[in-house]
Amino acid sequence: MLSVSGLSGDESPIASLIQEAWKPLVNEISLSRLGSLHGLRYGIAPLPRPRLILSTHMDAIGLMVTGAVDGFLRITEVGGVDARILPGQPVIIHGRVALPGVVVQPPSRLLPEAYKDDPVGIEYLWVDTGLEPADVAEKVRVGDQVSFAQVPIDLAGNAICGHSLDNRASVAAATVCLQGLQQRAHAWDVWAVASVQEEETLGGALTSPFEIRPDLAIVVDVTFAKGPGSSDYGAFPLGKGVSLGIGPNCHPALYKTMKELAEKLEIPIHIDVMPQMSGTDAMGIQIVAEGIPCVVLGIPLRYMHTPVEVVSLKDIERSGRLMAEFIAQLEPDYIEKITWDD
Amino acid sequence: MSMNSDLTPTHPEFGPEQVVLLESLCNASGVSGDEGEVRKIVLEQMRPFAHMLKVDALGNVLVTRQGTGENRLRVMVSAHMDEVGFMLVEDNDNGLFTFAKVGGIDVRHLSGKSILVGCDHVPGVIGAKPIHLTTREERRHPIPIDAMRIDLGPEGSSKAKIGQHAVFATRFQLSGPSLMAKALDNRQGVATLIELVKHAPDNIDLLAAFTVQEEIGARGARVAAYALNPDLAIVVDTTPANDLPTWDGAENTAYNTRLGAGPAVYLADSSTLSDPRLVRYIMSTAEDEGIPYQLRQPGGGGTDAGTIHKQRMGIPSISISMPCRYLHTAICVARLEDWKNTLALLQAVLKRLPGTILLDPRQ
Repeated sequence: MLSVSGLSGDESPIASLIQEAWKPLVNEISLSRLGSLHGLRYGIAPLPRPRLILSTHMDAIGLMVTGAVDGFLRITEVGGVDARILPGQPVIIHGRVALPGVVVQPPSRLLPEAYKDDPVGIEYLWVDTGLEPADVAEKVRVGDQVSFAQVPIDLAGNAICGHSLDNRASVAAATVCLQGLQQRAHAWDVWAVASVQEEETLGGALTSPFEIRPDLAIVVDVTFAKGPGSSDYGAFPLGKGVSLGIGPNCHPALYKTMKELAEKLEIPIHIDVMPQMSGTDAMGIQIVAEGIPCVVLGIPLRYMHTPVEVVSLKDIERSGRLMAEFIAQLEPDYIEKITWDD
Repeated sequence: MSMNSDLTPTHPEFGPEQVVLLESLCNASGVSGDEGEVRKIVLEQMRPFAHMLKVDALGNVLVTRQGTGENRLRVMVSAHMDEVGFMLVEDNDNGLFTFAKVGGIDVRHLSGKSILVGCDHVPGVIGAKPIHLTTREERRHPIPIDAMRIDLGPEGSSKAKIGQHAVFATRFQLSGPSLMAKALDNRQGVATLIELVKHAPDNIDLLAAFTVQEEIGARGARVAAYALNPDLAIVVDTTPANDLPTWDGAENTAYNTRLGAGPAVYLADSSTLSDPRLVRYIMSTAEDEGIPYQLRQPGGGGTDAGTIHKQRMGIPSISISMPCRYLHTAICVARLEDWKNTLALLQAVLKRLPGTILLDPRQ
């Protein structure tokens, strides 16, 4: 998953890959009108059966071509990209054919005076393909997506590095969950959703639940891992457990059930305080139709929204296992029994 | 030190074999002061072709090819082996290391890159604070190097130690007419000099120096020039091609060199004023042979020539560089055609070099 593109708005390359991985694990598989992947695994409760969404966004951040001058390409961002990580970054331009390129910071004498020593704005960076201008004009058009070319790397201590681990680490966790459910009887129907456009519009999160109409949603996304530049309360140690969100996007009863379950299973969790928005699909899912209760899990990840994101494989496994156990223990009438402790 | 006799002159070649050699040179790690991995390749390549070969006290590889003609000039040709990079300077535990720059690297090129540490090429990354946690004001300033870490993974502290070097992890690739790689500065020069030695003409004594520590003050070249004691010197390096469009569409008058315009002949940079006899000779040779060349815009920068020409009683020197975009970053871009023409020009320059050139008037 770390070797294919799938930027917000054109997720088909990653969707096909996930479809292949999920096909043997689900009973039905389909694409939504906006391109989200829906995999349905039947539960065993009598009909009408309660259903849940296991939501992981599959889209990735990247760049897009906005123009060309003498064979050099101008770019803008898709999703949130700090322009300071771009100079010297290897990329792939998805033109009529895929082309290798590099994001370059022009020599300071070719830039406005203000950029002599300061970070160069994305509007003044170029992508250089090494090709002749006529060749570029033939192969690249405005609007072509540009994805990061960073190859995946195994790091010491069960960690993996690559672009788009936000949020393909969570897609991997959902896959671990689906694998875990193969051996388990579960009452509820499980709709595994690989959603589109989380990084831009929440388009997937706002539409798939409307089609599926779940009784609850488990949202798994990445969260900040402690590391260089991220040391405060909103970041969690890498490889030391999964985070569990608390805040307005998260239903308190689901939070409590998940927390108690993790403690029982001795799966280490960290409380991720989300005073306002969770920054996940839960922002969209929660307000679909008459409203959907959500629980939010996070896989700690370093250097979010750079091509060298880092996660621990252990945390992926843990979150997958925790979700499978959560689903397996759900009674058919779980939602009816939820009460507000007011 | 070793000796080979019985080598006859041949013609330099340019094809897939040379590109494969350049690929292995570019992918090798060789930060200034730690050029061993590159030196190993150079020694392997040069051993069968050297009349004399030695590694000196600083780590320069010195190779001589003796000619046979009369009044032979002793011509030093130098190409530096080292590249800019990093050194691990403090172990912060859990695989995180504070690091320092070696050579001139713009700090704005570091964050969000993968790197390789030491001769075992241990993989790691230089990350960046997530954009979500930054402020607009913060993003207006470069991330200072002391806020960055090299991250080798949770158990990475057992894989590396302070004092080891790191380089960008970029792998060599071809894109149409271009080369894309790290350290084209100056492995392109090294690959060129290897070819020149393999096909040394016999009208001169060719004294090849594969030098160390160019990026931190051309220190290897200084002692190499002393040891080789040449009559004149030619430095083979790369030079910035700043041939990009300007931000406002105005004419780019500060391009330094242009990609595809051929080898760049130096007239003057911050450290050397080229010997006018050599400038004239090289330009007329290129014109006679029909080899495209360009004059590097006089200005800043420096090469091994900066220390060579002031060695002993003075050594007439000049640099011929291959134009290359984005030097000292993770990915440089150069043209195959410029490399081919540089090799052809150097070969012609050596082969046709009049034994009396230094008797010509300077102007």
